[in-house]
Amino acid sequence: MKPMFRRFALGLSAMAALLTASSALAQDKQVNLGVAIPTATHGFTGGIVWWANEAKKELEKQHPGLKITVKTAANSSEQANQLQDLLTVNKINTLVVFPFESAALTRPVAQVKGKGVYVTVVDRGLTDTNAQDAYVAGDNTAFGRIPAEYLVKRLNGRGNIVALRGIATTIDNERMDAFKAVLKNHPDINLLDARYANWNRDDAFKVMQDYLTRFKHIDAVWAADDDMAVGVLKAIEQSKRTDIQEVFGGAGSKGMVKMILDGKNKLVQADVSYSPKFIYDAIKLTAEARLKGEVLPPKTIIPSVLITKENAQQFYFPNSPF
Amino acid sequence: MPPEPTDSLRPGATALGASDGTPLHRVRALLHGFGPLLGLIVLCIAGTALNGDFATLDNVMNVLTRTAFIGIIAVGMCFVIISGGIDLSVGSMAALIAGVMILLMNRLAPSLSSPTSVIALGIGFALLLGALFGLVHGLLIARGGIEPFIVTLGTLGIFRAYLTYFADGGAITLDSDLSDAYGPVYYASFLLPVPVWVFLAVALGGGLILNRTAYGRYVQAIGSNEQVARYAAVDVNRIKVLTYVLLGVCVGIATVLYVPRLGSSSPTTGLLWELEAIAAVIVGGTALKGGSGTITGTVVGAVLLSVISNILNLTSVISVYLNSAVQGFVIIGVAFMQRRRKGAS
Repeated sequence: MKPMFRRFALGLSAMAALLTASSALAQDKQVNLGVAIPTATHGFTGGIVWWANEAKKELEKQHPGLKITVKTAANSSEQANQLQDLLTVNKINTLVVFPFESAALTRPVAQVKGKGVYVTVVDRGLTDTNAQDAYVAGDNTAFGRIPAEYLVKRLNGRGNIVALRGIATTIDNERMDAFKAVLKNHPDINLLDARYANWNRDDAFKVMQDYLTRFKHIDAVWAADDDMAVGVLKAIEQSKRTDIQEVFGGAGSKGMVKMILDGKNKLVQADVSYSPKFIYDAIKLTAEARLKGEVLPPKTIIPSVLITKENAQQFYFPNSPF
Repeated sequence: MPPEPTDSLRPGATALGASDGTPLHRVRALLHGFGPLLGLIVLCIAGTALNGDFATLDNVMNVLTRTAFIGIIAVGMCFVIISGGIDLSVGSMAALIAGVMILLMNRLAPSLSSPTSVIALGIGFALLLGALFGLVHGLLIARGGIEPFIVTLGTLGIFRAYLTYFADGGAITLDSDLSDAYGPVYYASFLLPVPVWVFLAVALGGGLILNRTAYGRYVQAIGSNEQVARYAAVDVNRIKVLTYVLLGVCVGIATVLYVPRLGSSSPTTGLLWELEAIAAVIVGGTALKGGSGTITGTVVGAVLLSVISNILNLTSVISVYLNSAVQGFVIIGVAFMQRRRKGAS
């Protein structure tokens, strides 16, 4: 794992490069861009699909030489088929792919790249980075580190925390490791337990109910996802427990951001951004670079930021489904 | 084709036209419930030993309340499986009914002054929609002659896709005023929480229909041997359609209880509920190929499945990575005990 500051710096410099680059107007190349993403099965992927279509709408209007085709797949093999279709039917020369699974999609993506297509991989990486030209992702380390730092501060370095995890995946491990790494420096903070609730409201409700039965005193909950936070809040409300001071979700869904803006629920004061908007950013970065015949830096990390009442407005997208 | 044995020769099957409620039948029903019941008792002892809070009233109520959804669906599923059918779509169906019901209530809220009438209309609509979906399944299966596996595999995708479409890929959320008014349907408690009462009522009703009515006997007869049932002048198609309608209504009832819990429906709502409901029925001693089964067993099976995940959440003995494995082992173990029990009877 690279030090996160370096990743941040890379991300920021990439964005800066983009800002200066996009002001130049030389556009002579035709870009036929294919987008392969997972279909909308939960809030986050719903957001991915919405932002991909927003990118198509806005960027095609801005750039006459740009054509974008969006394909959504329900599983890895469907996505692999779609990659072939994009190549042979749609004749793409640029690909932005959010792989359904890292290992399974590596070979199909490599094949597309082998045919001379410029490939940007988003979020879920490939197992062999030779299969990609560029990688754009959210910052999973910050996703775990920021809530840990926030909760430590909020509890003045002393208290009991329970955590909920998503589905057993590498990004979930990355987040959890980053969370634990911060807590290691604060021995008076107890992480009582961390259970999988599958990024699902219903499962989170059950897991939280069981935590409330099992632990007589809980100071804060790291729900690790805004969908799961909804289930956690309901379970706390039902139990009428008053020991819990803070529920920290994650990803910056519009419901949570609204809750922070309104300040109606005192348990929810902050969130960390991990917006599905990064698919929009990835498409925009790739399209604009290719239109000018340039390449992206090998790795661009879209920073995850602490969302509080002060800055929540800039993370509030009421039209997005997420 | 060799002649099928008549159902009266099959162990555990109810003979066509035999009078139910005889002492022999009751003993058999008890024996059927024995495997899962034994499993449940063992689990409860283990749970109490591992964590003293397991046996507290609050925890027991939590477990029973969360079992209510799957349990109610499993009661309906029990009828379908006994008749020799299957329904893979119940999870998607519940999610779609929840979504459409919330949309309707949100739409009605401004025009109707009292939230109670909005909620009453929503509930009525959910039950009706469940019955309607069940009717479509039943007609396609019984009159259309398509395998139940195929029909419900198709609707599994259709229901969830429409929910995703209506939800625009996100979540459909109930207005907060309505949510407050509707909340008690899940959260209120009269000695027992409301969902537990509803679950008990559905189970009792299901048991009565299965064991005390002609319809219940026909369901068992069809599952045992459809040809024989036809020769015995049972209107097989009508009975089959009715089992799916019954299941649809059960899904509707479960949804009515589900919506006030989180007040929203998203494309992950009800994911894998079909497998949980089928597992509850099978663990409860109903044969997957149909013919025989009990509602008591199904209820015990549903509670047993919830208890496993509850115990796993209350203890840290086993790695969280292995949770699903533990559930799998218990399901297979209980089904194995069940098989032995049947062989002995």
